[in-house]
Amino acid sequence: MTVVEPTVIPGAQTEARETLVEVRDLRVAYGDVVAVDGVNLSIAAGEILGLAGESGCGKTTIANTVMQVLRPPAEIVGGSILFRGDDLVGRKPEELRKYRWRNVSMVFQSAMNALNPVMRVGDQFVDMMRAHEHISKDDALARAGELLDLVGIDRRRTRAYAHELSGGMRQRVIIAMALALNPELVIMDEPTTALDVVVQREILQQIKDLQEQLGFAVLFITHDLSLLFEVAHRIAIMYAGEVVEEAPAAELRNAPRHPYTSGLVSSFPPLRGPIERMTGIPGSPPDLASPPAGCRFHPRCPNCVPEESELHRLQTTVRPVLRNVGPSHRVACHLVEQQR
Amino acid sequence: MRWFARRCLFYVFAIWVALTLNFLLPRLMPGDPAGGVLARLSPSQIQANPGIIQTYRALLGGGNKSVWQDYIAYLHRLTHFNLGISTSNYPAPVSEVIGRTLPYSIALVGVAVLLAFIIGTGIGMIAAWKRGGTVDTVFVPALMGLGAFPAFFTALLCVYFFGLKLGWFPIQHAYASGLVPGFNWAFVASALRHGELPVLVIMAAFTGGWVLNMRTVMINTISEDYVAMAQAKGLKDRRVMTRYAGRNAILPPLNGFAAQFAGAVGGLVFVEYVFSYPGAGLTLQQAALGNDYPLTQGLLLVFAFAVIVANFAMDMLNFLLDPRVRAS
Repeated sequence: MTVVEPTVIPGAQTEARETLVEVRDLRVAYGDVVAVDGVNLSIAAGEILGLAGESGCGKTTIANTVMQVLRPPAEIVGGSILFRGDDLVGRKPEELRKYRWRNVSMVFQSAMNALNPVMRVGDQFVDMMRAHEHISKDDALARAGELLDLVGIDRRRTRAYAHELSGGMRQRVIIAMALALNPELVIMDEPTTALDVVVQREILQQIKDLQEQLGFAVLFITHDLSLLFEVAHRIAIMYAGEVVEEAPAAELRNAPRHPYTSGLVSSFPPLRGPIERMTGIPGSPPDLASPPAGCRFHPRCPNCVPEESELHRLQTTVRPVLRNVGPSHRVACHLVEQQR
Repeated sequence: MRWFARRCLFYVFAIWVALTLNFLLPRLMPGDPAGGVLARLSPSQIQANPGIIQTYRALLGGGNKSVWQDYIAYLHRLTHFNLGISTSNYPAPVSEVIGRTLPYSIALVGVAVLLAFIIGTGIGMIAAWKRGGTVDTVFVPALMGLGAFPAFFTALLCVYFFGLKLGWFPIQHAYASGLVPGFNWAFVASALRHGELPVLVIMAAFTGGWVLNMRTVMINTISEDYVAMAQAKGLKDRRVMTRYAGRNAILPPLNGFAAQFAGAVGGLVFVEYVFSYPGAGLTLQQAALGNDYPLTQGLLLVFAFAVIVANFAMDMLNFLLDPRVRAS
């Protein structure tokens, strides 16, 4: 676990910024299984939004939807994704092709395998640049070299193949590639999970530095909440295909409202302060083919007890919706609603 | 470079094994060439000519020397491409008979197997890329069904329907009678025309296998992260299919190509027989029936060499196409 103290991030006040991506009531299904069920999210320009949750909660599906690379059998069955106000759903394939990487790029989950093993690294830059603009091969290669410089890799490595690079270097190459066209949003799907802790630190720092320097927005997806406290301005927590809580990073860390978030926060120890017993969350995520009725978290929720009959009835029959509990802090929980 | 040296060493060894087996196999069989001839004579003829057994032995080889001496002599002769005298084409040397017939077979099998590979992997690639599409639901089962028939059976059907009934193709020989083999337009055109149906038959036998092989590998490759990333990079669909997915998926089938080449040489005998095609396959069949040991041995040796050369070529191609092989 790589917990460090949260840093104060200059972009934390994102209220005034322009909305870059808005996901509205998104529903994505894999056949009969609805993996993302009514998600609302917005990402402001220049903001780092963290998205956390257990495996299989729909994080990567959201990433693929925003990137517009969903593959069958996955399909969008409802809602919309607005990029600068324009809906991406129903756009022509060629328009979407141009949108990819030019507007939104992505650092893949286990980027270890994201480079074509039989193509030189430089050629993979060239391929991408020439898919989007008229540029000679030599110019594209020169730019690839500059981008490698930017992430601290010798520019001569454009000649290398993926197997000649270490895991950390490959990840940097992908990050350099993601920044090549100056996209407004970079999606990072578990960008450091496959790396060892030391390299993880370096890469994370690099992402933060580049973000401050270049000002792109980031959708940072991870199952490791501690990582988000370091980099994210705002954090959304997902559970079983829906967003259950959303708040500025520091607020989410210090005052989580949803019992699931509290469980996540207390499932890793603070570095300083008194030693407390770690609680974690009992049980396991539900089967998305038949999610529990009412609040999807209720079978694992410590606050869902039959003794509170009225609350229990709500919890087991009515799906809670996200409501504001503070400026830019939203929670979907019957208990929180009752306390208001 | 060390990889290269190791491979070369391996092939030298493979060639030696082929040579030695080719030498040993006939000698492990009961009887000898002279015995075959002598068996046709009556005992009284043999008794009337005392020395006849030694005469035939001296004429046809084998006999009084030790196996080792024979082996050394055999290797020595091979260095001069001297494979002996063909008894069924007496007095033509084996090397001449092979030189006359092999080019036809090389052209036939080479073209057919190569086309089957290119078309098969191409269709397999597209079928996997657009799973459930037209190519996947029509071409794949059709070619699989075609490949399920043995080559000689497809050959017979083709000769009957396309050759005899419809008259679309010439049904036998490698060129029209009356032409003299040489590099002139009339001969080349006739040879190409006569090759069409045999090539199609061999392709029918092998294309389906490549389709299935490539489709399976391709489906696995498509789920690789680098293919997803290529798509996310906004590359054109066709480029993702060829340069990223297909380019990687082709490597395993390519390694199987040399192995299939060996199988194709076996099937060649039947196809050439059906088409009366004067290639090495038909010659082998006739040599085996006519107890022409030197020719049979020579042809088997050539086939073994062909397979080894095909393997070597694939190794080199692999070396060129896969940087990871170059690194190891």
